Amino acid sequence: MQTPDDSALNLDREKGNFSYDVDYAYDAGVGLSEKTIDYISEVKKEAQWIRKFRHDALKIFNEKPLPLNWAPKDIQNVEFDKIRYYLSQGQMPSRDWEDVPDKIKETFERLGVPEQERKFLAGVEAQFDSESAYSRMKEELAKQGVIFMGSTEALREHPEIFRPWFGKVIPVDDNKFSALNSAVFSGGSFIYVPKGVKVKQPLQAYFRINAESFGQFERTLIIADEGAEVTYMEGCTAPRFETSTLHSAVVELVALKGAKIQYITVQNWSNNVFNLVTKRGWAEEDAQVRWIDCNIGSRLTMKYPAVVLNGKRARGEVTSIALANTGQVQDTGAKMIHLADETTSNVVSKSISVGTGRATYRGLTHMKPGLKGCKSNVVCDALLINTNSRTDTYPAINITGDKHFVQHEASVSKVNAEQIFYMRQRGIGEKEALSLSVNGFINELARQFPMEYSVELKRLIEMEMEGSVG
Amino acid sequence: MKASLEIKDLSVSIGERPILKDFSLTINKGEIHALMGPNGTGKSTLAKALAGHPDYTVTGGQALMDGQDLLALSPEQRARWGLFMAFQYPLEIEGVSIANFIRAALQARLKEGEDFSAGDYYKELYAKMDALKMDRAFTARALNVGFSGGEKKRCEVLQMMMLKPAYALLDETDSGLDIDALRIVAEGVNALRGPDFGALVITHYQRLLDYIVPDFVHVMADGRIVKSGGKELALELEKHGYEGIAQA
Ligand SMILES: Nc1ncnc2c1ncn2[C@@H]1O[C@H](COP(=O)(O)OP(=O)(O)OP(=O)(O)O)[C@@H](O)[C@H]1O
Ligand SMILES: [Mg+2]
Repeated sequence: MQTPDDSALNLDREKGNFSYDVDYAYDAGVGLSEKTIDYISEVKKEAQWIRKFRHDALKIFNEKPLPLNWAPKDIQNVEFDKIRYYLSQGQMPSRDWEDVPDKIKETFERLGVPEQERKFLAGVEAQFDSESAYSRMKEELAKQGVIFMGSTEALREHPEIFRPWFGKVIPVDDNKFSALNSAVFSGGSFIYVPKGVKVKQPLQAYFRINAESFGQFERTLIIADEGAEVTYMEGCTAPRFETSTLHSAVVELVALKGAKIQYITVQNWSNNVFNLVTKRGWAEEDAQVRWIDCNIGSRLTMKYPAVVLNGKRARGEVTSIALANTGQVQDTGAKMIHLADETTSNVVSKSISVGTGRATYRGLTHMKPGLKGCKSNVVCDALLINTNSRTDTYPAINITGDKHFVQHEASVSKVNAEQIFYMRQRGIGEKEALSLSVNGFINELARQFPMEYSVELKRLIEMEMEGSVG
Repeated sequence: MKASLEIKDLSVSIGERPILKDFSLTINKGEIHALMGPNGTGKSTLAKALAGHPDYTVTGGQALMDGQDLLALSPEQRARWGLFMAFQYPLEIEGVSIANFIRAALQARLKEGEDFSAGDYYKELYAKMDALKMDRAFTARALNVGFSGGEKKRCEVLQMMMLKPAYALLDETDSGLDIDALRIVAEGVNALRGPDFGALVITHYQRLLDYIVPDFVHVMADGRIVKSGGKELALELEKHGYEGIAQA
């Protein structure tokens, strides 16, 4: 039997609950206006086209209503005019932890990031509020032409590579929050992997919110050129503040012919974070895009990773785990857009609702008319712990034609008081009983994750269950 | 310290309804007691109340395990102290394999600084499964999920053999077992029999008591013991039924 060494990955819920008093050299102030955007653009010394992109996006954001006809009601409580949209110490991303400002360095040390870097990563980017504080990739990857940097630097240094795809997979007006991100984005990772280059170890970004009433709007764009392969992982935490915090990212993935991108998220937000994220991948012929998405914590998460299957035999996958504890809403799902013949999509979603927590699956499978030989498989399993929990599944399947293989399965299981008593009678404490059930429920799925991440996930779930027993 | 499970004038209600009424019984270590009685008289209620089921309210009396107040402890503490209950209706636990479940139960009993050896654990688990004639493939199956009635009961006994309790409450562990299984399960219980083990065997059938020969037999009616005797009492019951006993 294998017992993985989990000492390097003790990023538990409590561990993220601290913050430092930091003097921010750059602060766009509270609220959002044209001025906020000019301020951000000036601090970053951006090209004119980016400034215009931001201003156009702000207009769209202001015009677009919130999706109140279907979204969880709590979305109305995001106070856009009370948020601080840009905060940085003016640090440039350093290539050496020694050069990172003290408090920021301490933050990432407490979160174990440098240690993980040494152990199993090919590159790390560590973002503190609006800007990246550390960014480093292994020498040999740079020699092979791999680019891994923050959005500001990437758009400045390699516009010829990134501009053609920037805002193309997710248009600015896709939804209100993609428009918001486009207006005020800062930080995130831009990655380019040249033709045929296979990056063996994962690249990782760590997103840390330190400030109160703050909005983090990172922007990520990953381009895997023909036949290239890359795995990217992101981790996120924030301290528990009285006021709410907004995290609204846009992540675009581009897998050109025969390329493979795997994008892994283990999100561990505190209960005051609104997490409203747009993620979409674009897959050309024979390409594969896989999202692995673990959503733990936050006040409200709305996230529906998508794959546009644009080339023949392209493959899209979403594997997601959502845990909605008391007081939390996880509104997650997957969208698969089939635009070419013989494309395959596979969605496996497991959600856990505890107490008054509420997990919802919202999915869409679309196949363009006239296609043939497409496959779609959607499996949604829900686990309900105690009677107040509820779960909903809204799978929208939009398929014409009969030359396809389409499958949808959904199941709901429950852990009730009798089962918990049974386990306790064997000497297993209430908390352990719950984590046993939850781990049992997600085990098969978590086994497919890189080991470091399945171990972390297990720990996070144990911590989360601790808070949920009365 | 008294090596016994001592139940004194125990009264238990479910909601507003009194079920056990001043129930008294002492099980010394080394003894096996059989408890019989008509449906609905409170046999399972006794077992569950002793195990600490949250729906069962103790309204009076005491339960002492080796002199210590059992009722002050949480269900898991009672279990770790050595109280085991084989459920009349074992629960199905989705996603948790038998092997992982029993291991978690054993690990919960580890004292600080104690180690758990996975190798020894599996050796013992397989040996006990062999003794109970359970297929080893069962270890990977989700606990009780889709098990037949008899398989569930065997699995209860397997858990008991692995956890080695000081006191066991076996609630109709014979129900649903075929003749061979009955003998095998009884052998499992008999294997624990000895000066460090006491048991209360709840059953409707004298047949079980041919295999697990009790030191005492008690008959329960309306929430309390109405008659106690040796193993011959069970035979008498078989002949005359509960009505006959109550009149006697
Ligand atoms: N959770 C419960 N809620 C309400 N009533 C209950 C509950 N559990 C038991 N009872 C009632 O308490 C009484 C005693 O039940 P108990 O299960 O202890 O009987 P028993 O002696 O074990 O019967 P059997 O031989 O059928 O197993 C019964 O009338 C039963 O309906
Ligand atoms: Mg009963």
